[in-house]
Amino acid sequence: MALFKLTLKELQEKFTSGEITAGEIARAYLLRISQVEPKIKSYISLTPREDLLMNAQAIDDGLKAWRKTEPLMAMPLGIKDNICTKGMRTTCGSRMLETFVPPYDATVMTKFNAQKPLILGKTNLDEFAMGSSTEHSAFGPSRNPWNQQHIPGGSSGGSAAAVAADECVAALGSDTGGSIRQPAACCGVVGLKPTYGRVSRYGLVAFASSLDQIGPITKTVTDAAIMLNALVGHDPLDSTSAKRDFPDFTKSAKKKDIKKLVVGVPQEYFAEGLDPEVSEKIQDAIAVFEGIGGKIQEVTLPSTERAIATYYLIATAEASSNLARYDGVKYGFRAKECKELAEMYHSTRSQGFGPEVKRRIMLGTYALSAGYYDAFYAKAQAVRTLIQRDFEAVFQEVDFLVSPVMPTPAFRLGERLEDPLQMYLSDIYTIPASLAGLPAISLPCGHSSKGLPIGLQLMGRPFEENIVLRAAFAYEHATNWRTKRPIIRS
Amino acid sequence: MTYEPVIGVEVHAQLHTQTKLFCGCPTSFGLPPNTQVCPVCLGLPGSLPVLNQQAVEMAVRTGLALNCELSPTNQFSRKNYFYPDLPKGYQISQYDLPICGPGWLEISVNDKKKRVRITRAHLEEDAGKNVHEEGAEGSHVDLNRAGTPLLEIVTEPDLFSSEEVDAYLKALRDLLVYLDVCDGNMEQGSFRCEPNVSIRPKGQQTLGTKVELKNINSFRYAKDALDYEISRQAELLDEGGKVQQETRLWNVQLGQTAVMRSKEGAHDYRYFPDPDLLPVSIDAEWIEELGGTIPEIPSARLQRFVKDYQLSEYDAGILTDSKELADYFEACVKLFAHPKTVSNWVTGELLRELHSSGVTPEDSPLKPERLVELLELVDSGTVSLKAARELFPELYSTDKTAEQVVKEKGLVQVSDEGTLQTIIEEVLAAHPAQVEQYRGGKEAVIGYLVGQVMKASKGKANPGKVNEMLKRSLTS
Repeated sequence: MALFKLTLKELQEKFTSGEITAGEIARAYLLRISQVEPKIKSYISLTPREDLLMNAQAIDDGLKAWRKTEPLMAMPLGIKDNICTKGMRTTCGSRMLETFVPPYDATVMTKFNAQKPLILGKTNLDEFAMGSSTEHSAFGPSRNPWNQQHIPGGSSGGSAAAVAADECVAALGSDTGGSIRQPAACCGVVGLKPTYGRVSRYGLVAFASSLDQIGPITKTVTDAAIMLNALVGHDPLDSTSAKRDFPDFTKSAKKKDIKKLVVGVPQEYFAEGLDPEVSEKIQDAIAVFEGIGGKIQEVTLPSTERAIATYYLIATAEASSNLARYDGVKYGFRAKECKELAEMYHSTRSQGFGPEVKRRIMLGTYALSAGYYDAFYAKAQAVRTLIQRDFEAVFQEVDFLVSPVMPTPAFRLGERLEDPLQMYLSDIYTIPASLAGLPAISLPCGHSSKGLPIGLQLMGRPFEENIVLRAAFAYEHATNWRTKRPIIRS
Repeated sequence: MTYEPVIGVEVHAQLHTQTKLFCGCPTSFGLPPNTQVCPVCLGLPGSLPVLNQQAVEMAVRTGLALNCELSPTNQFSRKNYFYPDLPKGYQISQYDLPICGPGWLEISVNDKKKRVRITRAHLEEDAGKNVHEEGAEGSHVDLNRAGTPLLEIVTEPDLFSSEEVDAYLKALRDLLVYLDVCDGNMEQGSFRCEPNVSIRPKGQQTLGTKVELKNINSFRYAKDALDYEISRQAELLDEGGKVQQETRLWNVQLGQTAVMRSKEGAHDYRYFPDPDLLPVSIDAEWIEELGGTIPEIPSARLQRFVKDYQLSEYDAGILTDSKELADYFEACVKLFAHPKTVSNWVTGELLRELHSSGVTPEDSPLKPERLVELLELVDSGTVSLKAARELFPELYSTDKTAEQVVKEKGLVQVSDEGTLQTIIEEVLAAHPAQVEQYRGGKEAVIGYLVGQVMKASKGKANPGKVNEMLKRSLTS
């Protein structure tokens, strides 16, 4: 079997046993990328060929002296282009940062680099992670490997497409309202959003600080656990990172049953607007859980219907402030030929940001304005608390929740570009877990009649990624969706 | 018409922490532009703030000294506005949950004491500086100062004259320096004040329209700017005009204030809690612990000096004017329990030498131990007061002991009766007329004879002893 078809775990085993070298891995992926990338457009920047081969050579040369390997050593990874990589351009999919080269590494990169992976490149995303399709990237959209006329989802669409198209073995994404889970569902791969605070945000370019969380996009649940192991831990550079112990997550992905676990089915997630094909696949999945020992229980999360409105107030308010630093003064894009300061601000931000980013900055600015704060931002925070309480109450009774990831399979490119509200609604099932800071995973659970993947979402209690991973692994092994791969047509 | 000014003051005190408020960069002054910076204080994409505990501690100690209510949780908020010296496009400050709540500071104006109510004090980060070099193209931004911790201390409109403001500012500055949280340097901008002033006809209760004053970097300018502004507003009202709510800049050259921005130009700062920082918890135990580390404030120390050491208000005032000098004084008193004598030496000889050499009491080459040694030599009669004063400069500028200097200069006082008797007899023999006068009842003449003995001994004779022995010789 071609190297690029292997999962992270399989590739790791072959490398650790000495069966393959880092150099072979690098060359295999360089070839794969050269064949597939022109069609899928997963990456914004690729590590230059010579640099990648040199990094691989350094690993192969150093291996004798080190005498041990690390879980991610020589593993070919893609990094979402809103995670700062020292010396490597980090654009956030924006013209504003087209030439920005960070002088520092995000904490997750520091952790990764200690294990000497092969970083293949920086993956495409909606500008500043604002969007559900990668169509808002200043560098053009990525394509869905299952059908290139369809979106790969977003905002981590480049990462999900790259994993699905075997352009990397695993990738990092970031999730604010569904940006890891939704593209994973669209591309038929696994996407895990950890508990808020589980993974350091230091070096993740902020969209909405109280929601953003880095997580892995992988081919299997086991691979997600391997990646999560490398990401977690308290970071003194991030005040919101949790001081919590963490288990070896790969040990959670072992059992093929979920005996003694109670599976919650929130009725609000199966209401109006859910595509019948998607609904059917989720119902099938619930039956699978019952078959592997889960006790199924219907539950209700009454505040769910307010989640989208709440999210679009809080996330845009935070974004309006987080994106104020892109003013043309210090780094990044600056509009040319400005006569005075106000003009420089105005022209820089008008020309540097795309329409979706500008829309959200305006929404957020409005929500925080004098006289509107209480009615919008303060009220949204209050509703956020209600949504959290809903989950707390339900988690007294159930161990994890099952739901769809997205109301429909991946839509066609351009289909919702002119209708932002329709685009926002594609996050309706992923947003509540984001607002509550819960861990949630998306994994494939079937295909539509048109052959597009459908995703299943499992949500757990805060810091119980282990339960979410256990249930996801058991489901994955009770079905064979993980073996289905896209065929990339020219 | 007679008007009464009503004034409130905002002070921005730079806390002299080792590092900035949200990153590990040093807070040093005067270094080349943009050398004291990191991803956090440059506002690079993806960087995050981490709160400096030392700054929190300094704010709590200041709050305790200002008798402020300290709430168990306080929170940082973002103040959003665009300016080139503000790298993130927002300033991390505190809004609805400041670290220090209501309190007060006692001031004294023309010997009358008064409490100025403190509204609040909150922590925030400083901005950088825009640099406009003469002749250079465009403007530049220096972010060395960006992220330096500030404590903004706000009063109620409790001050009714520029003299009161002056007294408040000085009392607050002394307090902060005493607490060792701020160096109090107005020229360098580590203690900045922004008064707001309105006037109203005397006797009226409601407040007039207030004007905020900026660009005040000395106590003198604060007073001048307020005096100017008060009379400007009075003239305006007398002419039937109206005071506009606005911010005005003090122009030192012209000695005038001028409009900087009107109320309409005021920002909507869109404050909201900073999601990058958790609420700060301050537990009662910690407050208590910190309470123990707060030094006595200057006014309380002055009163204690008057009471415990029986010093005059004037002397106690000089001693407590600086914490270091007061500490020096008390260190001496511990070793030599004659406070009045110590006070005379410290406020006299010592202060004179310190001033002329431009040295602070803490850095004085003459440590309390060596000064006390000299005072003991005077006390025991080994050296005369006059001689001690003469040798003081040498003692101050060298590291010799008092005894060494006394010996080297041959200033040891002669108290030996045999030696003195010889001199006395010689003097009496040389001045028979005066001896006659004394014995005839003109006892005042003894002063002249003592002087002659001192002269003959080259000033080394113990005058008290000489006096006593002369009397004995003359009456025998």
